[in-house]
Amino acid sequence: MSEYTVINSRAVRVDTPDKATGKAVFIDDMTMPGMLYGALLQSPLAHARIVSIDTSKARNLPGVKSVVTAAEAGLVKYGVSPARYDETLFCHEKVRYVGDDIAAVAAVDMETALKAVSLIEVEYEELPAVFTIEEAMKAGAPVLHDNYPGNICAEVHSEFGNVEEALADCDLIKTTTFQNKRQDAAFIEPQGCIASYDLSGNLTLYSSTQVPHYVQRTVAMVLKLPVGKVRVVKPYVGAGFGIKASANPLELSACLLSMKTGKPVKMNYNREQVFQYGRARHQFTHTMTTGVKKDGTIMALKHLCYLDGGAYSSFGIATVYYAGSLLGGPYKLPNMKYDGYRIYNNKPACGAMRGHGGVAARACWEQQLDMIAEELKISPIELRLKNMMVAGDVTCNDLNMSSLGMKECIEAVKDGSEWTAKKGKLPKGKGIGMACGFFVSGAGYPIYRSDTFHGTVIVKLTEDGGTALVYTASAEIGQGSDTTFAMIAAEALGIRLEDVRLESGDTDFGVDLGAYSSRQTLMTGHAVKEAAEDARRQVLEVLAKELNVPVENMDIKNSLIEFKQGNVDFTGLRTRYSKEHRGWNDNPADGPLTFREASRIAYLSKGSIVGTGKYKPPELGGKYKGATVGTSPAYGCSAQIAEVTVDEETGQITVDRITDAHDCGLAINVTSVEGQMEGSVSMGLGEALFEEVKFDKKGHVINADLAEYKIPTMLDMPQIKTIIVESNEPNGPFGAKEVGEGAIMPTIPAILNAVYDAIGVRIHELPMTPERVYLAIQEAKKGKTG
Amino acid sequence: MKKLINLTINDQHYEVAVEPNQTLVDLLRYQLGLTGTKKGCEMGDCGSCTVILDGKAVNSCLVLALQADGRSIQTIEGLETGEGLHPVQEAFVEKGAIQCGFCSSGMILSAKNLLDQKSNPSEIEIRRALAGNLCRCTGYQKIIEAVKSVPQAN
Ligand code: FES
Ligand code: FES
Repeated sequence: MSEYTVINSRAVRVDTPDKATGKAVFIDDMTMPGMLYGALLQSPLAHARIVSIDTSKARNLPGVKSVVTAAEAGLVKYGVSPARYDETLFCHEKVRYVGDDIAAVAAVDMETALKAVSLIEVEYEELPAVFTIEEAMKAGAPVLHDNYPGNICAEVHSEFGNVEEALADCDLIKTTTFQNKRQDAAFIEPQGCIASYDLSGNLTLYSSTQVPHYVQRTVAMVLKLPVGKVRVVKPYVGAGFGIKASANPLELSACLLSMKTGKPVKMNYNREQVFQYGRARHQFTHTMTTGVKKDGTIMALKHLCYLDGGAYSSFGIATVYYAGSLLGGPYKLPNMKYDGYRIYNNKPACGAMRGHGGVAARACWEQQLDMIAEELKISPIELRLKNMMVAGDVTCNDLNMSSLGMKECIEAVKDGSEWTAKKGKLPKGKGIGMACGFFVSGAGYPIYRSDTFHGTVIVKLTEDGGTALVYTASAEIGQGSDTTFAMIAAEALGIRLEDVRLESGDTDFGVDLGAYSSRQTLMTGHAVKEAAEDARRQVLEVLAKELNVPVENMDIKNSLIEFKQGNVDFTGLRTRYSKEHRGWNDNPADGPLTFREASRIAYLSKGSIVGTGKYKPPELGGKYKGATVGTSPAYGCSAQIAEVTVDEETGQITVDRITDAHDCGLAINVTSVEGQMEGSVSMGLGEALFEEVKFDKKGHVINADLAEYKIPTMLDMPQIKTIIVESNEPNGPFGAKEVGEGAIMPTIPAILNAVYDAIGVRIHELPMTPERVYLAIQEAKKGKTG
Repeated sequence: MKKLINLTINDQHYEVAVEPNQTLVDLLRYQLGLTGTKKGCEMGDCGSCTVILDGKAVNSCLVLALQADGRSIQTIEGLETGEGLHPVQEAFVEKGAIQCGFCSSGMILSAKNLLDQKSNPSEIEIRRALAGNLCRCTGYQKIIEAVKSVPQAN
């Protein structure tokens, strides 16, 4: 039995009845009176100088209300990391990828807007383009950004301990190279927004974003508006997975067009544009050298990585750091050296996606650890357990594992999958494999350098009726955060979940950095808890005065006031409450004092009761360059076991079963935690087996749709057995921490290791399409006979 | 040139003028305000625009509004009864089968259509019937659990 009354349960999500009935409003469901429709002119060429832009024909088309280019938008640089702002709203000198934005049009309807876009005449001078890391790094290669010679967008060099020295002492050294492919997030709702500028100079942007706060700041900065004049509101969002975690050209264009026309302007990406905009998982090429002792003790990791970045930085600076830093754990690793390079080229920018920066690295290393275990004749589980950190350990790069149920996760999947009965005993063609992983529970620092709180929350009690209103600017994007925070508020205040009403996703409610880096449960959760406790304290303080009972002797539970000592006579309060509600037939007549009565009495004494909460992590991490990336107040972790069947004739892989254990600290909502685990597995399975964004020689995405870019369907997904491991995270609200991204970490390597177990061939390149697997099998056969 | 069509949506009769190239999903969403039907790809790939057309689950982005002339359509808005949620909706809510919810309208209609045609479908029958409805959030597990949990008439 849980010690809690609301949290740590399977409470039904607050948003799902509306979503089940089609009532939930997403951005494209909204219209506004007098609304105009916007469309973008995007570059057909991957790399070209813009010689001239003539918008006159477009402007003269009846129904067109505004046409904007860089001339109107200005040239304020923006992006994700302030140190690497390398985009302007519209291209002014040159275009850098197919899809780069050149102009935007607002018109009375979509048809007219698209027609106007086609009437804009741009004269280009085509430039030689580069599409791969190799092409981009070649001597004399065309340069995308003048201030980044050699097309090196970012490079990271770090060493902890002394890797060469440690390797010299190792009994076994293994080097492998591994590559994933550029992925698309393939959320089902394309990005969209509506901007509305009013006559008082206030701009409201409704957008399908994960980060209202960052969008607010970017819009204000780029369009030169005071931040206080910009409000960003997030309706329900059809998921984001990282791609909706920064301001996009749609949002900025719609705002500018609305300012120009004084009318609301709606803009959407179609599915092709979603792919063309990109910003999802990079292609990483990892080369790792790991040194171990005979007994399996991991001594050193030397790691080189190249990221295929695309035309702009986006989140890429953080990505290139994460790709290195997230290997610091969960194994004890005394020596680690990392050299990472993110390379520009003429494809859409890559950015952050679920498991930011760490997924391919984890896949490479966890497969390599299995290879090492095999050579040392140690079981993969034993090797991992032997090297596993425990709660309280700090990695060589200063990440503090304040709680770490990693061993428990391994034991749980081992039992849950019947590993011992299966490993080494399956028929040929069938395999079982395991892997581990961990992830931050919220980035330790905001994206822009700042002393800002990461989350502020207001809990206001209704002046009558005993309902708590929770206002948070955090972003419900499908993960269930609204429910999580309503539950935390209810628990901390001592009231029932149905007595909480929560509003989120609006920058007018406060600061919240939003839904990325798996931060909200811990960070926003803290602020919600503090605000609810503040409101609770205020109610109890009034009661204490009125009843002459010390606050410590009272509690609120299930929306009732509990007195810890003796009988307290509250009939005076009850009578007052009833007098205020003459004629009502549901006034509490007997039984314990209710929260409804208590909060009314508190209001009568003090005016509105408003509790506030805030959260900012303590200073985290080391002092070296880049030490902030990877820091977090806590880390979630997980272990998975995959079981697969491989058809050696065709190379076809079927994942039969996944057993997944995740340590999320205390599970606030058990069903939602499982939902994140299951969703993570499906995304990892897709990346392992199918997903790759492909380009033609001119830089066009050739599979920019959900038929050719294949994500898992219901037929591709195996049974997933989810096991929640609950550690008590000292830095989390009620001991809670992340699940949204850590849960994807082991999926790919568990499948890789299972595939090897099935066919005895290692695959070092994703996705594991039948063709790739078949060829690898043939290659291995040749090797054996030849 | 617009053309007048007659159709029944959620047991209500409509007479509307539509463009020859207008899709059913656009008619529902933008002309009739039935925004519960979603639009994720407009190419028949995602299933978020699923409606039930004369007893068959179809992608309404692949149906021209003109083709719906004289026919009967059920959308997500037509599932609720006076007594509240339809059992399939109830099951999706109860089992946590909804995350972002963007796929849910289509998913629920495909599930309802399956259950209308076949009581107690097996797991593989569920997977086959719903394979055209993509969901990027849930990994499908709780959706399958939800469909299995719907109380059956017999
Ligand atoms: S919108 Fe119709 S199938 Fe995707
Ligand atoms: S719940 Fe988000 S796509 Fe299915």
